[in-house]
Amino acid sequence: MNAASVAPLAVVLPILGAALAFLFIRQPKLQRTVTISTLTLTLCLEAFLLYSAWTSGVQAVTLGGWPPPFGISMVVDEFSSLMLVVSTTVSLAVLIYAAGQGMAGGDEDGPVSIFHPTYMILVAGVSNAFLTGDLFNLYVGFEILLTASYVLMTLGGTGPRVRAGITYVVVSVISSMLFLVSIAMIYAATGTINMADLALRLDALDPGTNMMLHLMLVVAFGIKAAMFPLSFWLPDSYPTAPAPVTAVFAGLLTKVGVYALVRTETLLFPGDRINTFLMITALLTMIVGILGAIAQIDIKRMLSFTLVSHIGYMVFGLALSSRLGLASTVYYVAHHITVQTSLFLVAGLIDRRGGTTNMDRLGGLARLSPLLAVLFFVPAMNLAGIPPFSGFLGKLGLLQAGVDLGTPVAYVLVAGGVITSLLTLLAMARVWNRAFWRTPEDAEHPDPVLVATTPDGSMLRTSRLVADQPMGRFSGKSVMDLLPRTMVGSTLALVLVGVALTVFAGPLFQLSDQAAASMLERTPYIDAVLGPGAGAGGENAP
Amino acid sequence: MTVNLTLLVVMGVLFAVGVYLILERSLTRVMLGLILITNGANVLILSTGGAAGLAPLFGKDIPPDAYNDPLPQALILTSIVISFAVTAFLLGIIYRSWILGRQDEVQDDIEDRRVANQPSFDAEDDAEMPAETTEFIKAEAEESPGTPTARAKGEE
Repeated sequence: MNAASVAPLAVVLPILGAALAFLFIRQPKLQRTVTISTLTLTLCLEAFLLYSAWTSGVQAVTLGGWPPPFGISMVVDEFSSLMLVVSTTVSLAVLIYAAGQGMAGGDEDGPVSIFHPTYMILVAGVSNAFLTGDLFNLYVGFEILLTASYVLMTLGGTGPRVRAGITYVVVSVISSMLFLVSIAMIYAATGTINMADLALRLDALDPGTNMMLHLMLVVAFGIKAAMFPLSFWLPDSYPTAPAPVTAVFAGLLTKVGVYALVRTETLLFPGDRINTFLMITALLTMIVGILGAIAQIDIKRMLSFTLVSHIGYMVFGLALSSRLGLASTVYYVAHHITVQTSLFLVAGLIDRRGGTTNMDRLGGLARLSPLLAVLFFVPAMNLAGIPPFSGFLGKLGLLQAGVDLGTPVAYVLVAGGVITSLLTLLAMARVWNRAFWRTPEDAEHPDPVLVATTPDGSMLRTSRLVADQPMGRFSGKSVMDLLPRTMVGSTLALVLVGVALTVFAGPLFQLSDQAAASMLERTPYIDAVLGPGAGAGGENAP
Repeated sequence: MTVNLTLLVVMGVLFAVGVYLILERSLTRVMLGLILITNGANVLILSTGGAAGLAPLFGKDIPPDAYNDPLPQALILTSIVISFAVTAFLLGIIYRSWILGRQDEVQDDIEDRRVANQPSFDAEDDAEMPAETTEFIKAEAEESPGTPTARAKGEE
């Protein structure tokens, strides 16, 4: 009996919550209570898993009473449990935000009743993907979260969302099929799909076969993680979805791809095989992504491009395959999930307060709503990597690891990382200058909602101007809470979590380091799944 | 491991036709292509189980080699269910696209085009509200007739 035996609950609880939420589909208040409390319970459970992984190392449980290589294993190690805790914290904040948006109304973008059950299924899929120690179960986890994300992406079924949704569905299905075909090939070559068992058996394969299987998995996960040049689908599909949906997608979905990539690279295919290739991909992802971000005039699209760009940092640390590099990647993933999600939540608030996220139509938000300005400023500087924020600490670790490696490609990558950081700052400063700093009158085409509101209040009172629009988003409402407390509160909480990553950087980096060490060593993972001593044969030469 | 050549050829044809269909612009054909590719993947998984054997029901006198490998079939069952759900969703969304736009084609991303044609603001594309109800913009336009786009056009 170990702590991992409660790990399956992290998947079961959200699914149970989804079932209950579906049952209460006509009682929005009850539905909200059920989903929020289920997610809180899941978070407590995952915090316990993290604690036990931190203190007593990797633990595994095999489901259904089958002996290890045959049954589905679930593995709790430092990396997976940290990802679980961070992702559920973010999901909870976004859920509260969405509930607030639903209560405040006045938004045709507001979540409908199907949102809550689907959202819980998404969380269950993410947890399953993080916990599983079985390659096919990882595929199932991906499909659970993707199917939920198809529904969330096309919520409401408006024209732009359907168009974006079709691109998204087709690309996701193709990447899943590539993953499934790789699983079939791997099973044909080794006769197992248990990841710990595979770690032992893949090394015995012919190097050519091994490399082919490796590359197929990298391409499949590369599409999901939005690595250049497989990132084209992301900025097209994310910005059209409702604000909370985009926020949770940006935080979690690509990171699940990154997580799968890290697992494959460290556990299944360790050592220096395609590291140079990964480094070049990381460099291109960072540079091309951030150049795309600078060209955008819509804040949500700009953020989607920075999301792609910063995936490059995570691949950077992974490609170095040193302990410091991997530890920085773990830390950076945790940082990026939190910060990118808070930025998308703030973009949703900007959309409510200013009526649009188009930078040509915004202005003067710093004066209209100083709180909103602070909420944007902190995570924006965090993302750009300004000291003392966690973005700086993560990037510092990556750059140090790059310099430690000392090859020419690594130095180019370090330079690319610094330039990307600067350009991120530029992109954030553009939003700051245009949406927050200048006066509304300076905006090229100020949005009616922006100029119709009084500077001090967050309530919209001008009935004739805005409420009389036949097709407008606030039609029929004379008084409108533009910044409801629940939405601002949950965003604030997430921004504070981002700041806490800086405050508790010491212990957190220690945890990341421990995670990196155990991943590079491989034996703790294999031993935990297959029993003590099993991993000794497959030791990874550092 | 023995491999069934017929299964492999069938898989190859399914993948080839599927890829061809996905490259079409018509959404229904894209969906048919995805169905074929998922079926191709299922056939591939089936062929990884090796030659066909006995049903995996335990019998005392049967040597272990004589059984069929049940795992690939369990995997196929799962993946069939998943692809069924995705196909149903795709059908729904294609129907929705037909309702909305009366066309069965992949549509271009308008925002992409707009970003490509910087300077970015297009008064016509961006006008969310009907002109007669937005008095504010009209009033402002009268005050300063030279909006940036107008100015830019004037300079040209």
